[in-house]
Amino acid sequence: MPTINSVEDLKRLREEAQKIKEMRDQAGKTQIVVGMGTIGIAAGARETLKAILTFVEEKNLPDIILRQTGNLGLSGMDPVVKVTLPNQEEVVYVKVSPNIARKIMQDHVVGGNVLTEYVFKE
Amino acid sequence: MKKYRSMVLISSGESSKSKGSDAVVDAFHQAIEKYDLGAEVCVTTIPDSSSVKNQPLVIVYPEAVAYGPVLEENVDFLVSEHLYKGRVAEALRVSDPFEMKRISWLLQRTGTMPAENRIVLEYVGVIDPTSINDFLTHDGGQAFAAAVEMKPQKIIDIIKKSGLRGRGGAGFPTGVKWQAVRDAPGDKKYIICNADESEPGTFKDRVILEGNPFSMIEAMLIAGYACGADEGYIYIRGEYLDALEKISNALRAAREFGGLGKNILNTGFNFDIHVHSGAGAYICGEETALLESIEGKRGEPRPKPPYPTTRGLWGKPTLINNVETLGNIPPIIHNGADWFRAQGTPSSPGTKVYTILGNVNKTGLMEVPMGITLREVIGIYGKGMKSGTFKFAQTGGSSGSIIPAILQDTPMDFDSYRNVGVALGSGALLICDDSNCIVDCVRVLMRFFKVESCGKCVPCRIGTEQALDIMTAISEGRGTMEHLAQLEWLSHGMEEFSNCGLGQTAGSPIKNMLDHFRAEVEAHIKLGVCPAGVCSMGK
Repeated sequence: MPTINSVEDLKRLREEAQKIKEMRDQAGKTQIVVGMGTIGIAAGARETLKAILTFVEEKNLPDIILRQTGNLGLSGMDPVVKVTLPNQEEVVYVKVSPNIARKIMQDHVVGGNVLTEYVFKE
Repeated sequence: MKKYRSMVLISSGESSKSKGSDAVVDAFHQAIEKYDLGAEVCVTTIPDSSSVKNQPLVIVYPEAVAYGPVLEENVDFLVSEHLYKGRVAEALRVSDPFEMKRISWLLQRTGTMPAENRIVLEYVGVIDPTSINDFLTHDGGQAFAAAVEMKPQKIIDIIKKSGLRGRGGAGFPTGVKWQAVRDAPGDKKYIICNADESEPGTFKDRVILEGNPFSMIEAMLIAGYACGADEGYIYIRGEYLDALEKISNALRAAREFGGLGKNILNTGFNFDIHVHSGAGAYICGEETALLESIEGKRGEPRPKPPYPTTRGLWGKPTLINNVETLGNIPPIIHNGADWFRAQGTPSSPGTKVYTILGNVNKTGLMEVPMGITLREVIGIYGKGMKSGTFKFAQTGGSSGSIIPAILQDTPMDFDSYRNVGVALGSGALLICDDSNCIVDCVRVLMRFFKVESCGKCVPCRIGTEQALDIMTAISEGRGTMEHLAQLEWLSHGMEEFSNCGLGQTAGSPIKNMLDHFRAEVEAHIKLGVCPAGVCSMGK
């Protein structure tokens, strides 16, 4: 972890971090984000996250970035999982149980087909 | 979150339905499909919002044009003209000036899409709350970097100019509070973030803390720099274990990063933050009781004045701000006061985070511009009533007001609500339909206040107890008309003579009940029946 000593440092670090993010976005990696606020955890987001992790390890999938985030504001819809394939738009899945998570991993992340029945609808 | 270009609201309450609003809704869906606008336009139903002759009423955002009455055969024309070609169909517009006055609240918010106004929650649900790098990627720290290059007084002037008001419920101007702390004599000053969010039904602060803990640290750093403080506390509710863990991790990361400690950014500014966990007492959300609690004493409020801005924690000048208030600080510094003033209403700029719960189809969290009305909240965010018709709403957890249906077109900001004698509270909206009994609701609130009263001052300790006894008597069919006079007296006494905010607001549900629902209460007493069929009436 770098430390900062001046305002310039802070600005430089921000630019570096943004560059890393851009590289990550362009490098063909799949991003999976799980909503892990209290609501998400209460609805079972930990199990969902675990199921995704196990799947990634079992199948030995490369180039996957698994991140967590706070509450997305879709209450009653948790656990929420966002999947972004390289150069594609973000897909938001709601009420993702471990079983559905495995399905999403198999069909969407590996197979490339969006599972429309679990996608968030307004 | 999906964003739409346009939003169509169709009134479909009972009387609109009888005039064929269901067919209009179906026709809209078909027409939108026909012109292939499904990805750009969304259709929502709202409760009846106009007089019968203009129903079914159709409102199109963002232009906020009202059409009515719209028949099934008009829909195709309307969609092709307004939504496809982008022209207002003048022939179908509501023209009656009286009617326009009734729905004038609609026209004040042209050009804003309801779901797009996130300021405090902008990065919540986007960034990884455990990673300081992710925070930096999303403009994190930039507001603080800009702030340390300004004179402290300049920062306070920006906050004053922005018109930001405290989001904890009272709506005190934030800039004035900051100025008072800055001007208070003394070398040692403190900044406190009040995260003791104990109001039943609110969880906005928790979501902010869990979703973006670094922004809270950044805001406290800015406040510390502006007010001349070098130490801060985050007083966090005991039940918020996950938020506590996230904020502790964020503090550790910020310290390692050099964002906290001595000589931050080589500017000679020192600041450090401690976390203090509450132990589950509602009263400790009151700012002076919170101070006592941090000092290790019993959580009882202090008399005011002296205010915490001059004699706060350990007798030193102290700034206490709510989580949501602090969450507004970095965006204001980053984007400027004029940008902030452009949102919300002139007297209460900005947005407000609400948790919506009760008898609506969709419950949850939302951030909306100040000045939105309850009708819009229920129609647009709550997706309409789940059952029955809207009867009353309870704002702000417990220490807010009971808002009857007749006030649902009042803009939700601090001053408009004060003018009609109700309070906005801290951010919960409990929406109740006509199967709820007002007596039962107030009785439950009084039980809450009785349990949570700290017992330090007499009006609150005795008043809440007596009010609960009377409300219980009325709900069990033992009420008399003298009881109502006593309730009025009690509510007045608690409001005027209590020591702190808990007692002062404990009387307001009773006052609202007697102002707006007196007939229903008298039915319990004179007829011996509960009109909603909720109270036991002694059977």
